[in-house]
Amino acid sequence: MTGGLVLILALLAIVVAPWVAPTYYLLLMLPFMAYAVVLLGLNLLFGYTGLVSFGHALFIGIGAYTGAFLAAHLTVRSMEVFLVAAAIAGALVAAPVAALCVRYVKIYFGMLTLAFGMVFYTFVLKFYRLTGGDEGLPFPRPALLGFPLDAMPKTDYLVGPYYYYSLAVLAVATLGMWRVVRSPFGLCLKTIRDNPAKAETLGIGVTRYRWYAFMISAVYASVGGALLGPPTGNVDPTLAYWTHSGNLVFMTLLGGFSSFFGPVLGAFVFIYLQNWVMSVVPYWRLIFGAILAVIVIFAPGGLMGLFARARPAEVARG
Amino acid sequence: MTQHVVNVLLSGIFHASILFLVAAGLQVVFGVQKIFNLACGSFYALGAYVGVSAVGWYTGAGGPAALFVLPLALAGLAVGAVGVVVERGLLRFVYDRDETFQLLLTFAVVLMMEDAIRMTWGTSPRSTAGLYLTYGQVPILGAAVPVYNLIVIGASLAIALLIGWLLTRTAFGRIIRASADNREMAEALGVDMRRVYATVFTLGTALGTLGGALVIPATAAMSEMGIELIVEAFAVVVIGGLGSMRGAFVGALIVGVLRSIAISVYPELEMLLIYLIVIAVLVLRPRGLFGGAAA
Repeated sequence: MTGGLVLILALLAIVVAPWVAPTYYLLLMLPFMAYAVVLLGLNLLFGYTGLVSFGHALFIGIGAYTGAFLAAHLTVRSMEVFLVAAAIAGALVAAPVAALCVRYVKIYFGMLTLAFGMVFYTFVLKFYRLTGGDEGLPFPRPALLGFPLDAMPKTDYLVGPYYYYSLAVLAVATLGMWRVVRSPFGLCLKTIRDNPAKAETLGIGVTRYRWYAFMISAVYASVGGALLGPPTGNVDPTLAYWTHSGNLVFMTLLGGFSSFFGPVLGAFVFIYLQNWVMSVVPYWRLIFGAILAVIVIFAPGGLMGLFARARPAEVARG
Repeated sequence: MTQHVVNVLLSGIFHASILFLVAAGLQVVFGVQKIFNLACGSFYALGAYVGVSAVGWYTGAGGPAALFVLPLALAGLAVGAVGVVVERGLLRFVYDRDETFQLLLTFAVVLMMEDAIRMTWGTSPRSTAGLYLTYGQVPILGAAVPVYNLIVIGASLAIALLIGWLLTRTAFGRIIRASADNREMAEALGVDMRRVYATVFTLGTALGTLGGALVIPATAAMSEMGIELIVEAFAVVVIGGLGSMRGAFVGALIVGVLRSIAISVYPELEMLLIYLIVIAVLVLRPRGLFGGAAA
């Protein structure tokens, strides 16, 4: 029950934040919400299916570039179109990629996803006319639900309408993922993670289910990527670089991959902590590398794992 | 025409020689410890920076320019000692964990190392001004080839032979191969696994740092060079087969030369071509060209 209470309080805090919190911290909420969507998807693969993708930034790139591309080449300005197009583009790219990747597990799965991520990275880097090369493409301010909000000052737009828009997308994404992992389908994925041979014996098409999980996770990452566009205002190839994929896995582990909300918490802590550290010293990687090492060695369950350890009664629910 | 071909091929082989060193470090660690070490690119970058500093110190102290490879290579090898620190200080805690955690721990080293380099040497590129052509150039079929490139190619070949000899002809090599094959059995026969792991990881690190040091007269050291090279080394070991030394050798040649050809023929392709080959290999023959019976 305490978990539910914390969740309601957190949601309340996010809803009222635009009235009380300083703009600077509100602006950081936007990438947080975008990453939260991405990581909810990533964790369906990582935490629930047991496949660690080291190339998921590929789909962030697909989502963000789809929006920027539509704006630049087809002068589309609607966020709903961006999100739907990102989801479709993500699914189209993911279908063959997933089909190839899910034939492997563990390190080979990780390597194959990394290779696909780098293919996309090099593609957007080199094909300048389509993608703007290393400078990337601008991501112009989209209309929300048909309202062109061009007259608003940029910050007001971002911490006002766009903030709640992102929150709504995150809420829908969270509810959707909650349904997925609590469904028989979600149970099948966990079975596959824990014992693929047994899952196969029980009649679960292991490869097919892994493919489904990959697809859902890729669509989430693409939607999150599109959501990341407006606050950044620009998309560039580093979105798809392998270290970005690594950071996604880092965030998931930081929050706790064996908990539903772990990755969301991980994204939140990662973004705010990174910002704070960068305001003190320029060397955030040194500190974050050390944090990652400590988590891997001493607290593989992440922050959620630490909370669970503090309240042993809750552990069994997993 | 032949001049152009020779230029392209030799610069590809030069790059392959460096790639081989880093990839060999990746392979020996993966073969024995079953850890895919993302940090070996960072070791390469570290070697490069230490190499620049060592050469700077050497020429500053008035050492003859003709012998600059010696302090360069020695510094590259010596800084490989950082491998012991990483292995004893971090990796040994996760040997019995899932490989995801091992991979992420090496990613943590990548992050830390990148900033450690920035803190020590700053963010602007560092180079060994003008030493590249100390040994001059030789004409080969009409192309002017820097002698330094040939020295590195020769050194890399010698190291390849040395590793081959070490692994197949010495007691230490037998122990390494036994540990790679069957850790428990080797341990039961009295092999001190802690020492083997520390030695192997240090060897792998030293190969990477040496590769970084040797590349430095030809190019400037930059803090991102590690995370860029690791994906190339990754391509090499996937194409060659994870854990195989022969694989590292052939894979490095393929990646180095193809990349060089791609750059001269159709620059947009550059690494794209390599990654497409990697995917093709992973899909058609996941064990790579020389991979053993890996999972």
